[in-house]
Amino acid sequence: MSLDKEKIKHVAKLARISVDDAKVESLTKDLNSIFKFIEQLNELNTDKVEPLTSILNQSLRSRKDEISDGKIREKVLKNSPKENEEFFVVPKVVE
Amino acid sequence: MSKEKFDYFIKGEKGKYEVVIGLEVHAQVLSKSKLFSGSSTKFGADPNNQVSLIDSAFPGMLPVINEECVKQAVRTGLGLNAKINNYSVFDRKNYFYADLPQGYQISQYKNPIVGEGKVLLDMPYGSKEIGIERLHLEQDAGKSIHDMDPSNTYVDLNRSGIALMEIVSKPDLRSPDEVNAYIKKLRSIMRYLGTCDGNMQEGSLRADVNVSVRKEGDKNFGTRCEIKNVNSIKFMQMAIEYEAARQVELIENGKVIDQETRLFDTKKNETRSMRSKEDAHDYRYFPDPDLLPLKLEQKLIDDLKKTLPELPDKKKERFIKEYGLNAYEANVLVSEKEISDYYEEVAKLSDKKLAATWMMGDLFAMLNDKGLDISKSPISAKHFAELVQSIKSGEISGRIAKEVFEIMLETGENPKKIIESKGLKQQSDPKELEKMINEILTKNKAKVDQYKSGKEKLFGFFVGQVMKSSGGKANPQLTNEILKKLLKG
Repeated sequence: MSLDKEKIKHVAKLARISVDDAKVESLTKDLNSIFKFIEQLNELNTDKVEPLTSILNQSLRSRKDEISDGKIREKVLKNSPKENEEFFVVPKVVE
Repeated sequence: MSKEKFDYFIKGEKGKYEVVIGLEVHAQVLSKSKLFSGSSTKFGADPNNQVSLIDSAFPGMLPVINEECVKQAVRTGLGLNAKINNYSVFDRKNYFYADLPQGYQISQYKNPIVGEGKVLLDMPYGSKEIGIERLHLEQDAGKSIHDMDPSNTYVDLNRSGIALMEIVSKPDLRSPDEVNAYIKKLRSIMRYLGTCDGNMQEGSLRADVNVSVRKEGDKNFGTRCEIKNVNSIKFMQMAIEYEAARQVELIENGKVIDQETRLFDTKKNETRSMRSKEDAHDYRYFPDPDLLPLKLEQKLIDDLKKTLPELPDKKKERFIKEYGLNAYEANVLVSEKEISDYYEEVAKLSDKKLAATWMMGDLFAMLNDKGLDISKSPISAKHFAELVQSIKSGEISGRIAKEVFEIMLETGENPKKIIESKGLKQQSDPKELEKMINEILTKNKAKVDQYKSGKEKLFGFFVGQVMKSSGGKANPQLTNEILKKLLKG
């Protein structure tokens, strides 16, 4: 798999990272060499191997269904871009 | 009921088109706290008051799964006759939006908690099976409010992180009516199970609707469009009708349908493209490193299976067998658990068939009129059963029963008392009735002669006279019999 400049720009956009054209050039080179390195793994036949999602052979830890959190609006809203007592206020997003 | 034939097609210039519909229903899990945090799920709280640092995605916070939400998903899966997966995985679905603070939604992609199942629909043209593709658990997003400020969007994260079950159907639905029946059936099953309250006004049940069309008889599916987040059955039906017609028009004009996400505009009654979602399909799913795979012991699944309540399909069968109801009656009476409970209480104390008729008639009309659920019925099941029994025993006529019903509504008194105190008992003494009828016939000699010379329509007139002079209390059946006898002579 190789990445072209369009793909790099697309991924950057999805990640909300701004990259200028010069950066795209160097990123394409860097990422392609990283991919090349990773692609060595394709030499192995993994047809019958399930993808490993965790190295811990455990199941998910769970909790009881109890209300134990919330009611901390002031704390939560501290990082809102604009001041408001009840809501997060962000630049208008409309469909 | 006579079997009708399925007939929902879009007629174009060049033939008939079949509409193919699949639904992704988002059902809010009934639980006290959220899927991965201990904040409350209660509806209608002050904005951002049910938000933890997890729900608002502060750095370093770790999600811990709510075991009840897992059980609710398993129960729902069992209720949908579906395969429960002992092994499932939570993934991150990445997209960027103001009401999604994490920048990703925790969902399940490759390995959902519930696999294939099925739901049965009763349509006028017979029973139809709708396949369920899968059910998975995921987080809800927050709520964006656009109309509080001309230049800003306000975000309330109370809903953020609440557990949803996404129930994906196979593309087995073929008309807005089938969609209506399907949603109602899903809702009914989940309400029986207590896994989702099904409250569409509060957004507990919403759906994405996938629509495509194809020429009647075609085996291949057409290109589909997805209509996002429709929150009422009526809107779903309107959106499907609009969208199917739009697609047929494109095809007939030799144009191509783009596979895209569309929005249903409830004011203009049309769907339109959501350009902003163009990149949104690039979700870059990957297993959430904060969450280990979810492994379910078979014993847990078996135990949950044992505690499931009787579900609508089974109950319907039983109602037909045990109470002698027809399929239509049974269907209506099992549609909501509360209705079926009320009916069973009434049926135990009175005539089963008559109870069904009166419930579906006067009681439902009254509840509908007052906008009440049956659980809030001003007439108790016990009193209603007494009323039904009074009709059955011939103590009062159906007409008088309607009167008694009204008084019960007003006073809350039991029907026996009302019948007695108001002297509403039916006149069922044949001798007295005969005497009264004789008097009426004598008074209306001319009409009797007309009747005898062939004007049989006058029979109704005589019945009317008897009812009038008895104040509606004459036993109608007996009146008919005696009238016939006397008019013959």
